[in-house]
Parts: sequence; C-alpha cells; structure tokens
Amino acid sequence: MSGARWELLPHGADIGVCGFGRSKAQAFEQAALALTAVVTDPKTVAAEYSVEISCAAPDDELLLVEWLNGLIYEMATRKMLFSRFEVRIDDGKLLAKAWGEIIDVTRHETAVEVKGATCTELKVAQNANGEWRAQCIVDV
Amino acid sequence: MELSRLRREGENEWCIAPHGKMRVPAVIFASESLIREMDEKVYEQVTNVATLPGIVKASYAMPDAHWGYGFPIGGVAAFDADNGGVISAGGVGFDISCGVRTLLTGLRLDQVKAVKERLADTLFARIPAGVGSTGKLSLNDKEMNAMLTGGAKWAVAQGYGKKADLWRVEEDGCVPGALPDEVSDRAKRRQRDEMGTLGSGNHYLEIQHVAKIFDDAIAAAFELRRGDIVVSIHCGSRGLGHQIGTEFLTRMAATATASGIELPDRELACAPIHSPVGQAYLGAMRAAINCALANRQIITDLVRQAFREIFPQVELPLLYDVSHNTCKVEEHVVDGNRLRLFVHRKGATRAFGPGHPSVREPLAEVGQPVLIGGTMGTASYILSGTGMDIAFGSACHGAGRSMSRHQALRQWRGGEVVQNLAAHGILIRSRSMRGVAEEAPGAYKDVSEVVDAADRAGLARTVARLEPVICVKG
Repeated sequence: MSGARWELLPHGADIGVCGFGRSKAQAFEQAALALTAVVTDPKTVAAEYSVEISCAAPDDELLLVEWLNGLIYEMATRKMLFSRFEVRIDDGKLLAKAWGEIIDVTRHETAVEVKGATCTELKVAQNANGEWRAQCIVDV
Repeated sequence: MELSRLRREGENEWCIAPHGKMRVPAVIFASESLIREMDEKVYEQVTNVATLPGIVKASYAMPDAHWGYGFPIGGVAAFDADNGGVISAGGVGFDISCGVRTLLTGLRLDQVKAVKERLADTLFARIPAGVGSTGKLSLNDKEMNAMLTGGAKWAVAQGYGKKADLWRVEEDGCVPGALPDEVSDRAKRRQRDEMGTLGSGNHYLEIQHVAKIFDDAIAAAFELRRGDIVVSIHCGSRGLGHQIGTEFLTRMAATATASGIELPDRELACAPIHSPVGQAYLGAMRAAINCALANRQIITDLVRQAFREIFPQVELPLLYDVSHNTCKVEEHVVDGNRLRLFVHRKGATRAFGPGHPSVREPLAEVGQPVLIGGTMGTASYILSGTGMDIAFGSACHGAGRSMSRHQALRQWRGGEVVQNLAAHGILIRSRSMRGVAEEAPGAYKDVSEVVDAADRAGLARTVARLEPVICVKG
C-alpha cells in the first residue's frame, strides 16, 4: 500500500472525497483531484494555467476543509476546473498552486457543482505503514 | 432504523424519550416502512439536536428525513433566545433558503403537448443552468447590498415581475433584518455573476401537469384543476449562500466551546442567538434568504419571457414560493405561553395553517400551499398547511435520495434515462448526461409515501399531484 491515489466515498445525499499519499501534502493534493472528479473526469482537464491558494487552520482536519473550500471558491469564481496540484504544509499553514482551465461544456461533462466541504467523515491521519489519508464529505 | 429504541405515539409518530444530555424529546414523523428504511444517522442527529441549549418542546424529523450535517435533513427545531437558545449554520444548511416556487399558467396539458419540444428548447436556452453557468445580470457592490436587503421586492423594483407576485412569497418576498455587511466579500464575489441561475444537482425547472386532485375545495382556492399546466422552480441562494454556510460553520465551531456549548458533533456548530457571532450569522443568513428569493424572482421573469414566445397572452401568476433551509423568527404557543422562537427548518417546509396572519388572502382561509418536489420521473405534490400545533407548523420538503450519486452513476447512463423518460412523455433538457444519471428517478425514495405519511401525521393536507412534462436540469 503506497503511492498517490484518490477515491470518491458514497454518501446518502452528497459525496465524499478521499486522497492518499506518502505525505500529508500529497494526500491533500489527491483529495483535491477527487474534488475535481465530483464535478467531472479530471483526465479531461488540461493544466493550462495556475492559481495560488493559501489558508491556515488550528488543526490538520480543519486545514483540509479550508483547502477544499479555497479550491471550491476558485472553481466558482473563475469558472475553472483543476487537474494538477502542488501543496506545501508548514506549521498549520498551507500554500498551494493549482493548475487547470476554464470550464468548456463541449469537452467537460460536468455532473454537479460543489457547494462546500463539510466536517462530516472528516479525517486526516497516517496509518501504520506511514500512508496519509485525507477525506471529508462535500455538499453538492 | 432500529424500532426498539423508539416509542410509537401514533400511526405516523415515533418518540425518543430524553436520555443522556437531551434537553427535550425527539419526535420522528413517518410510516412504519419509512422509519424502517430511515438511516440510523437520523436517530443520532435528531437526538444530538435535542441536546442544544434553549431548544423548545422537541427536536423533530420529517418523513423524508435523512443523514445531514449536524441536523438531519428534514429536521425542525425551535430555540428561545432568552433562554440561552442558539442558532446553527448546520441547522440551516449550505444552500440557504433553497426552495420551490410554483407558477400557474392557465394552460391545459393538450396545449403544451402540441408545442412541447419548442417550449423545452426555449426554456433551456433562456434559463442558465449547470456547472459554471452565469446570469445576464452582474451586480456591483451597491446593487449587491440592495439585493441582499430587498430580496424579491428588490427584483420586482428592477422590473423582474409584478408587485402582486410578492403576496405569494413567504415574508412578502423580503426578510427584514438582513445585514449585508456581515456577508463576506468572498460570498458576494461568488454571487456576482450567478443571479438568475438555476444551479445544478437536484435543482430543476419543471413544467408539470396536475394529474390528480385530492381536495376539491382547497384545489379550487389554489386555482388548480386536473389537466392544468404549472411551472415549478427549485433552486436556492447559489454561491452566496454556500459561502456563508461554509464560513460560519468553521467560525461557529471555533467559538462554540468558548461560549460553553458542548458539541456532540462538530457539524452542529452553533452560537447563542444573543452573541456577536449569532447576530452576525442571523444577519448574513437573512441576506442569503433574500438572495434566494431574488434569484427565484428573476428566474420567474425568464420563464415568463420563454412562455410568451409561444403563448403571448400568458401571465404566469405565482401559486406560492416556499423556502426549505431557513431559520425564522416566529410566534408559537407552547404550553399556553406565546413565545418568540427561532425556528430552524433544514430540508423542511413552513406549513402555516388557515388563519395565520402571515398567509395572505385569498389563501388565508385554506392555509399556505406546501410545495413538495419529487423527481423528474415520478411526481411532485402540493399540500396545504393545517395548523401550528405540530412541529411548529412544518412539513416535509421532498423525496430524499435513497441511493448515493456514485451508485446511481454505476446503475444508469444519462442517455438511457432521457430515452426512458421520453417514452413516458417526459422531455429532459440538460447539458450533462452524467448529471442526469446521478439524478435518475430511481435514486430517490418514493415521494408519494413521504407525502402520505406527512398527511396522515397531520403535518399538511394533500391537495394535488403534479407529474412532469418537461424538466430542465442543471
């Protein structure tokens, strides 16, 4: 069990995003890819230009919520989708770059927009093998 | 849900006696089969709400209740500000004032059938829907604040509709006490280009026909006849409401402990009503309610324009406009005392009965219309409010999902769903086949069973069943 990957978690009304990685930052990057996958297939999104996102929180879990909410805000206001992420986490502060492109409905099959990240099923933890997991339910 | 932990109080009423830190009992309204299928999380959440400071009488769950954020979706709870009562961002939800507005058309099913394709295309072209869509209207800072203060009243003053529309909206289309200054710049920025947009997910614009009348007298008062065509709009406060919900959830989570509130679940984050954060949220949430009311008013105008391209004479007056995710100040009589309470309805509809002063003529005699959204393949319902005694004059709001989006996507393809519905005479217009698959009718609970339970529990009275003809999905 290792390596960066993501998955979507089933939820009654909404959907969960979950990222795995060798570091906390990588798990956050993968959770962000899962967030894109809620909206559309990340493989169809070109990494054309980047935006910077920074946030801070009192603990790792709230930092994940802030990170995803930061992305949701950029997606909503720039009408963008993101497919590549670089995250640095240092002492409760997150600094990231996200690459993507403007939504093009002729190429991106968009299912649903995300309203916000929630504290439900919120978990940021490292397992015995050293692998990090970052997950929460997002409201759609 | 495990029945052994519940005490049955009636055919459609189940009680959880106060235990642990619960301050009041919890009451779930549902038939036996609905409650058996209900998520265990509803038990946990409806019980957690009963532990919150200042809660009055009971924590309620409607027949369509399912797993929500802190509060169950389908949750109703009232708080007394003078008795330590709280306000909760989770108890209102992310899509503040998401609701349903139904318009009467005066048209009959046959008239619309004859032009169905053209009408569907016209509506689809005129009403922005789906991920990333923007409205024609872009608000500057001053206009944004005016909209947040004025709601649908502001929209009518801008030329989107008529004054008469406002009498058929809760609070006459404008909630007082909105504080635009408490709405962050980010929330306003998120809304700037989203006025008059439908959104995505379970939001829709539907042309429906009245398939069945259950109560002739009330249907007549609502001007509904079998075979009539109506239009229903389901959407909310868009990006602005989502951003306010998001920001206050973390803000309240941080301040709750300092206020001495013990949270059984972080998502239940709340603040005393008499506190700076509580007051700030109230002001911001009311601004978001006004945003949703303005949004539905603008969409109403777009729908009228679309209809008039084909039927130049139609007026499309409102039947009513209800909000599902709100906290409102209302007067209720509890144990003989008249109290001013802060009533949270999360995925629940206000259902005020006959004679209530806030329901205007000519509806005052029969109670307010309660608009229950279904799926694009089954049905929606119109009910009427019965009284104020049960669950602070509230009723259910929709069908509620029975299957995750993930599972729905594995089970159905969007194209097949569209074809299947077309075979049943229902036209779907959507930019996203994946979105259609996720919203497949089979992924929802049986709305008829939910409505039947609400009726039998006395929450509201069933008046009419609506079936879809055209559905524009986000």
